[in-house]
Amino acid sequence: MIEVEDVYFTYPNGIEALKGISLTIKNGEFVAIMGQNGAGKTTLVKHFNGLLKPTKGKVSIDGVETTKVSVATLARKVGFVFQNPDHQLFSETVEDEIAFALKNFGFKETVIKKRVSWALNLLGLTKYRKTSPFMLSGGERKRVALASVLAWDPKILILDEPTIGQDYQQKEKLRQFILQLKAQRKTIIIVTHDVEFVAECNPRVILMREGKIVADGEASKILTTPEVLNQAFIVPPQIAQIFFQLSDLGFPRNIIDIYEAREILLKAIRRKTM
Amino acid sequence: MSVFDGLKFRRVYSPIHNLDPRIKFIYVCAIFVIAIMFGELLPLIILFTFQIPFVLLAGVKREWIRSMRGAAFLATIIFLTNFVFAYLGARGIGQSLENAVAMTLRFIVLIESFSIFFLTTSPDHLGLALEQTHVPYEFTFAFTTAVRFVPVLAEEAQTIMDAQKARGLELERGNFLKRIRNYIPILIPLIVSAIRRSLELAEAMESRAWGATKKRTNLYVLKMHKGDFILIAITIGILAVAIYIRLYLPIPSINQLLANIN
Repeated sequence: MIEVEDVYFTYPNGIEALKGISLTIKNGEFVAIMGQNGAGKTTLVKHFNGLLKPTKGKVSIDGVETTKVSVATLARKVGFVFQNPDHQLFSETVEDEIAFALKNFGFKETVIKKRVSWALNLLGLTKYRKTSPFMLSGGERKRVALASVLAWDPKILILDEPTIGQDYQQKEKLRQFILQLKAQRKTIIIVTHDVEFVAECNPRVILMREGKIVADGEASKILTTPEVLNQAFIVPPQIAQIFFQLSDLGFPRNIIDIYEAREILLKAIRRKTM
Repeated sequence: MSVFDGLKFRRVYSPIHNLDPRIKFIYVCAIFVIAIMFGELLPLIILFTFQIPFVLLAGVKREWIRSMRGAAFLATIIFLTNFVFAYLGARGIGQSLENAVAMTLRFIVLIESFSIFFLTTSPDHLGLALEQTHVPYEFTFAFTTAVRFVPVLAEEAQTIMDAQKARGLELERGNFLKRIRNYIPILIPLIVSAIRRSLELAEAMESRAWGATKKRTNLYVLKMHKGDFILIAITIGILAVAIYIRLYLPIPSINQLLANIN
């Protein structure tokens, strides 16, 4: 469980990035943190594994305050996949890259082997086992970065902009993958601008603006409330936009799911044609 | 990465910022030469204090202190090696100490003066200065780009460090050799991304017709003002004094001075 109590954070250059954030993320929850550039999303999630310590306030992971333990200790529990895979890839082979964190955490050689194979398989990277990560495409590098974190099976997983640079099919795979992790009771936190992706995943959405939380709730509710979205400079997903425009005809305004939309539209069409 | 902070330019206005970068550069070089000229503690202390008014006048005290703090690690190493070897070379504790402090201070003076230069000179200004001293534009551009990318790289280094720490890397763990090895996961991504970035930059520049015309004109032309003449006078003055002292005057060591007082 992640508990954030009235957290303020100011960067050394004087920029106040977080201004009184309070929230609780329970085990097994799936959360999307959204907001415009510079809203403080990444700053906030960097507090979850202790990379940043609050200037004021308190962040605890499973009851342990982040200021009391090292990043390495927290990282064992909180996996953080950075936005740009090029910021972490350095090994000669994909295999070594994935084993890096496991070695840091002091896993046994036999366990490392098993975990690496498992992670490679999970993300469809087995054929690249001996390839240099620098030879892979952008999307593949991103998957290597993800595999290198999943390998140690953290309880909480933070993904910073996971959909950037991924084609639609990969995004869909990623979504399936996240749902799988959710089914395993992992806590998943994504930081993203991708409204369509969030609409498809339907997680809890936390909307940020200028270092504050402006809304917190179900995706289907937040992504269909234009006033709230405007505040955070987010455009509603396309399905929601269609239903906004159809609302004069008596259609509901809070639809973001394709299947739900299909049902409603089908019903309407049947009524007309019958 | 606090060493880099000391080289990061911020756009503010002060008499020092407005000086002609060419003259400032000559001044920094003069300080550099003088620092190399003297191995004794006393003149180095004077040289060190001499820079402080510039820092205050430029209003970059905070950044300057940060860069000094960043240099502290290297300064400590310089101090220790100098002290140990001088002491092993059978010089007395007092003399070894003074020698080591002098060598450290020499290093600090060098950092100090370059830090002042970079803190108060914008990369654009610097490029302009080079161009107007008839350095070929290709070199000028390469130079200004390099300078401009220092803070970008510093920021990137920070992100990379965060990313590796998030994977359980502990930079401060292990003995000296292990600690150096700990930096491999940081240096490789940094170098790779710098190379990638430079290739991208080259493509972007070419697609914007870089080098299409041989003769470029500038919107701004550097002109010397009163302050610049004052600084050049100061530079020549201290250089002359330093050379005179070096050639004709004996420099007492602090130990001797202390002994004389007693």
